[in-house]
Amino acid sequence: MVEKIEHLEMCGITKRFPGVLSNNKVNIHIKTGEVLAILGENGAGKTTLMNILYGLYQPESGKILLNGKHVSINSPREAIALGIGMVHQHFMLVPTLTVCENVILGLSKSFLVDLKTAAQKIKEITDTYGLAINPDAFVWQLSVGEQQRVEIIKALYRGANLLILDEPTAVLTPQESNELIQLLRNMAAQGNSIILISHKLHEVMALSDRVTVLRDGEVCADVLTRETTQEALAQLMVGRKMAPCKREGTFSPGQTVLELQDVFAHGDKGTEALAGVSLTIREGEILGIAGVSGNGQKELAEVIAGLRHLSQGKITLNGKESTKMSPARIIQQGLGYIPEDRLHVGSIPSFNIWENLILKDHNHPPFAKHTFLKKKAIMAHSASLVATYGVKTPNLETATGRLSGGNIQRVILAREITRSPVALVAAYPTRGLDIGATEYLHSKLLEARKNGIGVLLISEDLEELLSLCDNIAVLYEGSVMKVMPVEATNERILGLLMAGIAEET
Amino acid sequence: MDRLRFKLEKRLTPSPVMVFIIPLVSVLLALLLGAIFLSLTGQKPLAVYTIMFTDSLGSKYGFTETIVKAIPLALTALGVALAFKMKLWNIGAEGQLYMGAMGASWLPLTYPTLPIYFMLPGMVVLGMMAGGLWALLTAIPRAIWKVNEIITTLMLNYVAILWVDYLVFGPWRDPKGSNFPISAPFPEAARLPELFNSRIHAGLFFAIALAVILAIIFKYSRWGYSINVIGSSERAAGYAGMNIKRNILLVMFLSGAISGLAGMAEVSGIIGKLQHGISPGYGYTAIIVAWLSKLNPLAILIVSVLFGALQVGGYAVQVEGVPAAVATMLQGTILFFVLGGEVLTNYRVRLVSRNGEERK
Repeated sequence: MVEKIEHLEMCGITKRFPGVLSNNKVNIHIKTGEVLAILGENGAGKTTLMNILYGLYQPESGKILLNGKHVSINSPREAIALGIGMVHQHFMLVPTLTVCENVILGLSKSFLVDLKTAAQKIKEITDTYGLAINPDAFVWQLSVGEQQRVEIIKALYRGANLLILDEPTAVLTPQESNELIQLLRNMAAQGNSIILISHKLHEVMALSDRVTVLRDGEVCADVLTRETTQEALAQLMVGRKMAPCKREGTFSPGQTVLELQDVFAHGDKGTEALAGVSLTIREGEILGIAGVSGNGQKELAEVIAGLRHLSQGKITLNGKESTKMSPARIIQQGLGYIPEDRLHVGSIPSFNIWENLILKDHNHPPFAKHTFLKKKAIMAHSASLVATYGVKTPNLETATGRLSGGNIQRVILAREITRSPVALVAAYPTRGLDIGATEYLHSKLLEARKNGIGVLLISEDLEELLSLCDNIAVLYEGSVMKVMPVEATNERILGLLMAGIAEET
Repeated sequence: MDRLRFKLEKRLTPSPVMVFIIPLVSVLLALLLGAIFLSLTGQKPLAVYTIMFTDSLGSKYGFTETIVKAIPLALTALGVALAFKMKLWNIGAEGQLYMGAMGASWLPLTYPTLPIYFMLPGMVVLGMMAGGLWALLTAIPRAIWKVNEIITTLMLNYVAILWVDYLVFGPWRDPKGSNFPISAPFPEAARLPELFNSRIHAGLFFAIALAVILAIIFKYSRWGYSINVIGSSERAAGYAGMNIKRNILLVMFLSGAISGLAGMAEVSGIIGKLQHGISPGYGYTAIIVAWLSKLNPLAILIVSVLFGALQVGGYAVQVEGVPAAVATMLQGTILFFVLGGEVLTNYRVRLVSRNGEERK
């Protein structure tokens, strides 16, 4: 049995990467039963710090004290032996194996595998903490939230009593997030320590006992959660005052720019993903699509963009039926689209910035003439976009994959908005972005609305929907539960509809 | 006591110095490894290498022979590179070369009296069509049902080679050829002109021209950009409205057509007839050439000459009792070291002590 972690301290940790000082003399400490949140914007050095604790990186200087003793952690194996477990943002599970097989993967030292004993031990763990998981289920059958629990079980099975979670709610639905928060609270109450890496203020407030705020690789505050507020933390994290975006001006929609009539479509697995969706979006309107992700949002965006076939129904874009148009024709017809997967669909990480900026326009003047690309015009256009949209990059030849999530989203946004579309589909545009980038994106969506673009905003962030949208529709199992003006709704009503419970009127 | 160890750290950008140094060092290391091997078999490595390189590059005859081998290598490598650029793993250049040779041979064998200005262009077109259509056979299932093109292109190599064998053993065999598996000799009008008083033929111009055209397409054209996008991310290409299926068909056809041209150049420029075994595996070596050149068409020209020299040098050392397979072995080891060396292009090696302090 490993020695229980009563107290852990990281002192003066400094870590440099080529070109950046990721951690600069960082100090953190945590004691048993405590939930410590490490808060900071993307790129503030949170993940680097935790990777050092988990033995994935070696710091240039600084030391780690465990129960007062100096320890050196050179690999995750050594971290695990000390009782430190980590749940990564991207799960490391084998989908074709069962939960039990995944948990013991890499542990067995003997030739034969004793699954029975393992299953029993897993059951003990799940019973202790109220983790409802069937050890014999295959991982591919599990929801994202359940897969995360398997990762937690994996860490506990290896004897972890200090658990590091990297952005644990980034991939979860609001309901799953709440369940996770309950679970972690429970685990802390039973004497485990938890370090939570996050940039989401409300979950930090709901879950942690203490918050260490990182900014540009340095600790800029260490406060007790109950003695602070969301606003104060936001200000510490960003280093300036935040002004939340609000829709302003009266809602005076123009003509219909995008209309879906009774649309049916199949999902990737062949099941019906959209079952009779009808929606109307007008000039200068932001229509929100609320709902737990996986209820047809992805398919909805794809049928509009022409990337998925309709099995039934009709779509009209800018006055013309676009149901059977090719994606290229739909783009010409005036559709802008910010896809959910900004790294593999919306942009190409290995391409540099100017190459990504002409993704949709490389065939038209002024960027192309006859067979050739017009490099001069492209570069001038790209330089002005990078300046206007404040993309932080060394130069235009930088590979887009090297930018932060927020900056990649700025590149995509710049491309989609400057093409002056009549309608813009934005799927989870702020997912995983930090506060600063989110704020910027919101302001740009509102600007698009002011310029008469019809925006379809798909999001699972209710706060975002309520502050930006004119109308909100709730998508549940492929059907629209209800379309309501934003004034007539609130989080409670939306939450019920998202769970498929129609209001009794 | 600190134990020192090496640590790889990813570079911010690939090191430009390494991009040049690695192929050079790889060649040297391959020669070194080859030398060890040669001395183990009782040869004098230095003497063997001297013969290899003086015979292939040092004399006029040797050098022109090197170029003769480099022409089909360069053409097939260009064909392969075009497909690889879109991540279409066409490893069927060998078969496409054979089909191109067959397509080109059909014209002089059927209409031997055509004048040269019909004959040669006709052979070029037929050779390219045959190679292209052969590649298209694999592109269609790839585009529609996502059938893995690595398997289909590879398998069709055997079919193509055996099909040419069938022709020269059967219907196309020269009745006056005393039963050898060769076709009737081509008329003079079906022979590519020779250059510099040597066996180098006008196929050299095909290779140079195509390399330049492909280099321009890759770097400056709209289509080259599309190929690049599709090769990097099919989903992003679909999102941008690009027609992926049409490009798969087009690129595969052109890739096969270029290899078909290599076949045409071989039968018309060198052999003067269709026969069994017209290629010693140019279409396979082309994959190595294309990869070493990082799919850069102009680099392909240079690397082809190097590999041509290895092949000629291999034949030369046979006289000394060293097997010609030395050349094949060196080709393999060069690729091995280049692939290994790519780690150094993208990573930097650091010496660190066990407790994480950096030494250098």
